[in-house]
Amino acid sequence: MSMKLLARRGLVRSQIAATTYGSPARRWSSSISQRPGSDSVRFPGAVNSRFTTDMTFLKASDLPAIPTYRVLDSDGELVDKTRPAPDVTDEEVLTWYKNMLSVSVMDVVMFEAQRQGRLSFYMVSAGEEGITVGSAAALTPDDVVFAQYREAGVFQQRGFTLKNFMSQLFANCNDTGRGRNMPVHYGQNYPRMHTISSPLATQIPQAAGAAYALKLQDMQNPTKDPRIVACYFGEGAASEGDFHAALNIAATRSCPVVFLCRNNGYAISTPTLEQYRGDGIASRGVGYGIDTIRVDGNDVFAVHEAMKEARRLALSDGGRPVLIEAMSYRVSHHSTSDDSFAYRARVEVEDWKRRDNPIIRLRKWLENQGLWNEDMEKETRDEMRKAVLKEFGEAEREKKPPLREAFRDVYEEITEEQREQMSELKRILETYPDEYDLRPYQDGAKGLE
Amino acid sequence: MAPLRAPLRCFAQTPRRFYSGAPTPSAKLNLPIDYKSTPILHHASSSLSNMPEFPAAATTKRLNYFQAINSALRTALSTSEKVLLFGEDVAFGGVFRCSMDLQTEFGSDRVFNTPLTEQGIAGFAIGAAAEGMKPVAEIQFADYVFPAFDQIVNEAAKFRYREGGTGINVGGLVIRMPCGAVGHGALYHSQSPESLFAHVPGVRVVMPRSPSQAKGLLLASIFEHNDPVIFMEPKILYRAAVEHVPNEYYTIPLSKAEVIKPGKDLTMISYGQPLYMCSSAISAIEKTMPGVSVELIDLRTIYPWDRQTVLESVRKTGRAIVVHESMINYGVGAEVASTIQEGAFLRLEAPVKRVAGWSTHTGLSYEQFILPDVARIYDAIKQTLEY
Repeated sequence: MSMKLLARRGLVRSQIAATTYGSPARRWSSSISQRPGSDSVRFPGAVNSRFTTDMTFLKASDLPAIPTYRVLDSDGELVDKTRPAPDVTDEEVLTWYKNMLSVSVMDVVMFEAQRQGRLSFYMVSAGEEGITVGSAAALTPDDVVFAQYREAGVFQQRGFTLKNFMSQLFANCNDTGRGRNMPVHYGQNYPRMHTISSPLATQIPQAAGAAYALKLQDMQNPTKDPRIVACYFGEGAASEGDFHAALNIAATRSCPVVFLCRNNGYAISTPTLEQYRGDGIASRGVGYGIDTIRVDGNDVFAVHEAMKEARRLALSDGGRPVLIEAMSYRVSHHSTSDDSFAYRARVEVEDWKRRDNPIIRLRKWLENQGLWNEDMEKETRDEMRKAVLKEFGEAEREKKPPLREAFRDVYEEITEEQREQMSELKRILETYPDEYDLRPYQDGAKGLE
Repeated sequence: MAPLRAPLRCFAQTPRRFYSGAPTPSAKLNLPIDYKSTPILHHASSSLSNMPEFPAAATTKRLNYFQAINSALRTALSTSEKVLLFGEDVAFGGVFRCSMDLQTEFGSDRVFNTPLTEQGIAGFAIGAAAEGMKPVAEIQFADYVFPAFDQIVNEAAKFRYREGGTGINVGGLVIRMPCGAVGHGALYHSQSPESLFAHVPGVRVVMPRSPSQAKGLLLASIFEHNDPVIFMEPKILYRAAVEHVPNEYYTIPLSKAEVIKPGKDLTMISYGQPLYMCSSAISAIEKTMPGVSVELIDLRTIYPWDRQTVLESVRKTGRAIVVHESMINYGVGAEVASTIQEGAFLRLEAPVKRVAGWSTHTGLSYEQFILPDVARIYDAIKQTLEY
């Protein structure tokens, strides 16, 4: 990088010398000279650093691990009995529970459906329903979400219906993605959750830019309530350059964005020990000058409270980014294309399933409060399963969008070149009708017109 | 500092630069481009007012290329609050002076520096555009756009397509970057990666040839097209190309080529700085081969490009040459030549020739031998006409 900088400046100087010549001498804030005998540094790059004669390297291993905030223990009881109960109504918390349950029921059905070859691909979010539902519940409908792909709970909590899920999974004519994206790449205009894209971490700097846009718009139109962006990603994605770019740019531009990292221990087969050697993702936040917290991702109350406070912080002082690292365990396989027992012990997974799980933990809380019981659980699960199967069947029977959707939306308007290619494709389809099955597509070959 | 810089400045203005190739005393073709007399530029405001693309009865001002970009950006920032301008070092005016005084005029919320991260700049711009802003992001040199390649190719270009029915898109996005050779830019201050972007449906790729074109095309990219635009500025023209530019808001349509000079015997297709060399080569050939006339077309938008204007011309002339600075292998010339072969096969009287950079890197000492020059273009015209 320094070479690049040198090269750039070198060229640049010769080109701009002519215009900078003759401008009046200016004194910049970053070039204030050192006071004699000062005990702290006035280097422009670190203005509050004290001098020391003790040559000590900061040892990452000597620093205590960042603590993990939790509200409920694994028996569904308040850890700190002296604190007030979580600030949510019974109705709200029951909605969260049902949303978590619904995602989990859908996951089981769709995972099986993929195994039967009725769906090309699927990714479950088992073990992370608490993170997604709990955090999304702290957002307003005007807030904007950028997600990675294991955030079905965010979509569920923000009004995505079973029909929406199924239409996308089957890429049929009701899919907002117009049948273009792989399954689980959901998207919705309002409440806005940007359509998921497969490249990891690309959404993180986009979230920073989106947050900056919201901040300016809210400044220009102060009659509306200010908004934030919530951006989700896994601990593996946080190794991408885009993560670094995003947190740094969000901090320097004071963007109202909450970065929420789902640290579930694995990126496909790669355990965190091969992903990083620092104290998780949270320890990096402070390096960028970002307020950071680590929370227990299996505790929906902890996640919700952290997100609510993060949202408030993000809108304070003219906007600033916040980082939440939510710890969990990926109970499931990475995707339907993955058999995770090839790289981790079945017993480890079974242990996690038994020991701790966001759904069971919240269920225990609800039962302790007298809000839930075994009968309600059974009845709700049955209803949900039926609803999923019904939408599944309907979505599977729907036609796929017309073929013209393969060309539309590349540009705002279809180009002259594309028009020519569409007529050529139509000619091929008509000349070789036995070679193509157009029955699943709306309007068949006419769909290209 | 000032006294030291004064002689430097004089030195910079002497035509002879010892670190880059100078013309031989005997050269008749490979002479430095005389931007003061080239017919490519509007040296008088009267020549502008004849052009239908410019506003009628416009007041004009002589501007160089960077001043025209600056004028377009100023116009854009004052036209809409949605327009943002950012990148590395844009706040103080930019290393090529394109954003001069804009932060003072429009405030640091709308004109600002970013950290030194191209993928961050592109990603940030995509996010801002997705929420309805019109970000104009600057990549300091086109050579440094590659860290942002993923954001441009996988994200910006595919955004509208994958969002589909949500209707969300990043059409307000423009990514500007200085490109092309300057005589001494070597490997990383000389590149023109337009063909890499032209291979990616979903982005528009534009390269204006002159100050008046730059302003009209930049304003069109920001306001009149709802698609992400890669806007490439040949940096050698920043100071060299000076012409009359309308003061007010005007736009030049994207994806529309311009016939700069009509002709009947051969069609020459190019874009950006090589157009000036094409023009010189055409003057030379028309002098040595009386009666011959060459049609010169500026593509202006490299993708999606104006295939019909090119095909129409070649169907008339029967001969074609494509000229560009970037490497010949899989370059824009390949696409143009094969389109001509498909669309004007029966009218072709000679193979379509490509004059472009050789398939190597721009080694510092070898630039003049690697990139197209007037002699090579002249030779290509001669060979094509005599085929």
